[in-house]
Amino acid sequence: MPGHSEPGFDTLALHAGAAPDPATGARAVPIHLTTSFVFDSSEHAASLFNMERSGHVYSRISNPTNAVLEERVAALEGGAGAIATASGQAALHLAVSTLAGAGSHIVASSALYGGSHNLLHYTLARFGIETTFVKPGDIDGWRAAIRPSTKLLFGETLGNPGLDVLDIPTVAALADDHRLPLLVDSTFTTPWLMKPFDHGADLVFHSATKFLSGHGTVIGGVLVDGGQFDWMASNRFPELTQPYAGFHGMVFSEESTVGAFLLRARREGLRDFGACMSPHTAWLILQGIETLPLRMARHIENTRKVVDFLVGQKMVESVGYPELESHPSHALAKRLLPRGCGSVFSFDLRGSRAQGVAFIEALKIFSHLANVGDCRSLVIHPASTTHFRMDDAALAQAGITAGTIRLSIGLEDADDLIDDLKRALKVAEKAGT
Amino acid sequence: MELHIKGHDPAYAYTGGKPFDAALPCVVFIHGALNDHSVWTLLARWCAHHGHAVLALDQPGHGRSAGAPLASVEALADWVLAALDAAGVPRAALVGHSMGSLIALEAAARAPERATRLVMMGTAYPMKVSDALLDTARDAPLKAIDMVNAFSHAGMAAKPSYPGPGMWLHGADRALMRRMQAGQRGLNLFHHDFGVCDRYAHGMEAAAAVRCPVDLVLGARDQMTSPKQTTGIAQALNARVTRVEAGHALMAEAPDAVLAALRRALA
Repeated sequence: MPGHSEPGFDTLALHAGAAPDPATGARAVPIHLTTSFVFDSSEHAASLFNMERSGHVYSRISNPTNAVLEERVAALEGGAGAIATASGQAALHLAVSTLAGAGSHIVASSALYGGSHNLLHYTLARFGIETTFVKPGDIDGWRAAIRPSTKLLFGETLGNPGLDVLDIPTVAALADDHRLPLLVDSTFTTPWLMKPFDHGADLVFHSATKFLSGHGTVIGGVLVDGGQFDWMASNRFPELTQPYAGFHGMVFSEESTVGAFLLRARREGLRDFGACMSPHTAWLILQGIETLPLRMARHIENTRKVVDFLVGQKMVESVGYPELESHPSHALAKRLLPRGCGSVFSFDLRGSRAQGVAFIEALKIFSHLANVGDCRSLVIHPASTTHFRMDDAALAQAGITAGTIRLSIGLEDADDLIDDLKRALKVAEKAGT
Repeated sequence: MELHIKGHDPAYAYTGGKPFDAALPCVVFIHGALNDHSVWTLLARWCAHHGHAVLALDQPGHGRSAGAPLASVEALADWVLAALDAAGVPRAALVGHSMGSLIALEAAARAPERATRLVMMGTAYPMKVSDALLDTARDAPLKAIDMVNAFSHAGMAAKPSYPGPGMWLHGADRALMRRMQAGQRGLNLFHHDFGVCDRYAHGMEAAAAVRCPVDLVLGARDQMTSPKQTTGIAQALNARVTRVEAGHALMAEAPDAVLAALRRALA
């Protein structure tokens, strides 16, 4: 740098936002575990508080280590900037609370992570923010659900639990027609598989707990702004286009044409709700991101081998991976996710709930737990864990059967993973006799 | 604030977060190609809160200002002077970046009695644009934006970022240029603005007419307007030259150093 073109993905994963520390020469990103930062003078302090200067004041609002992570994820996504948060849930809440208030409305895909569904359907409703859920592929449904009070369209790149691929170009065009922003949860795909901004999304967030970190060690989230949405033209967001009494009467869209959303989110949402990330967490996630391209390639390679294996097994009723022609989103996946469809997917085991339990308990390498996106392979049986209170009819409503098994394929030797699955399938088969 | 400039469509000027007061010493900020007022907001806020009246203008066809973009540096200089009239400002410090620095120079030459200071940032004269870049700007403007963006930044980790922590400067600057480009339907604003820079040939004559103190603030690692290309114009203007550790996007890459240079220039 500088050169004739922007750096590539692998270079950005290692360098974006970070340079040798000017104070010490440290090459790796230092962990700035400090609550606050000394002012040079009273005048310097006043100018920082009044946004006449850029800089750090207090680590709830910003921190140098977190800033490296924010810049790096923004760079990988092709965005203008980002904010690191305490969790993926906090990132979603920050996006919503920056744009919406009591009386606001959201249109969301019905194929969401359960935590996101809980936040939108139950918790935010208690605060006067209503959400209409539509099937991700039902474009007429998205269109019909939009109201004058709508502030946001929201979906996941790969929906839960069936991995419905969100048709981001079409939903983004619809959002654009109504001058509404499209927020996308890109946790399952990471920017290595897809950059939603390239397809018209306006805001992206991650549960960085998953693939960005990659090591199952920390909880964190990142909210990224593409910088392309015109808040002024939309005329739906006085939070960004009118003076904000809570911060010097600032009109955020005047202060930054492309960063108005992030300014408000940081100066209000992060300041007041306080769901900030620890610098130590930011550092661990940065360690993960440095190898993201290598890990994602291996995740996909292993997943394809495991999917191929499962498809041919007599104990397997069906495999739900969008690269398979049988998957309803296969055509969309080919168009939007040519590098792969992630490493989290479900398959249906033939037999009873008891056989599902037997399968899980026979696994030796796969860890039975409620997470995804780890470098280790993970498994969960929804009918006996997350959805254990549901009868078979209720499970069917949720798109789950008694034999549905969700896998998150890690970075182990694929042959070992297949052997582990093979043995567990035999145990499950015997449990049915 | 909205300015009603004689003979032109209404124009937008950012006033630094304070109401504009024409009785205070005025600083006018003039942005570069495919940019808008938002490249100035930290400097403008500082000035507005330290005794200055501030006008950070959106040029015609850029950002919030209506109308077609103007075709030459000379026309834009006349427009800036007309903007001062509209704001009731008799004299002002003129601060420009890149294309805006040429506009500031020309305005200071056309009305030397009205310019209290001239500050040219990220400047060069002549500001020739290669045929290859002009052709790319014409035929593939989004690709050209990426090229210019790569040339404009000295690195991948300018701190503390702009306008605040967490902004990825490459992405923010690319988004701004794309927004400006998309804002003009039926006209390739990128090609237009770079043509304005390329065609300007009145710099040395303008320099001879300037009477106020002049500062050049240059990015030591600028690849768009290399400091080597400023020697002649710096001598002609008898300018004080300050180099900061940054590329062409120096206000974003080195905001504190640029503020220090501006404070010296305005003192």
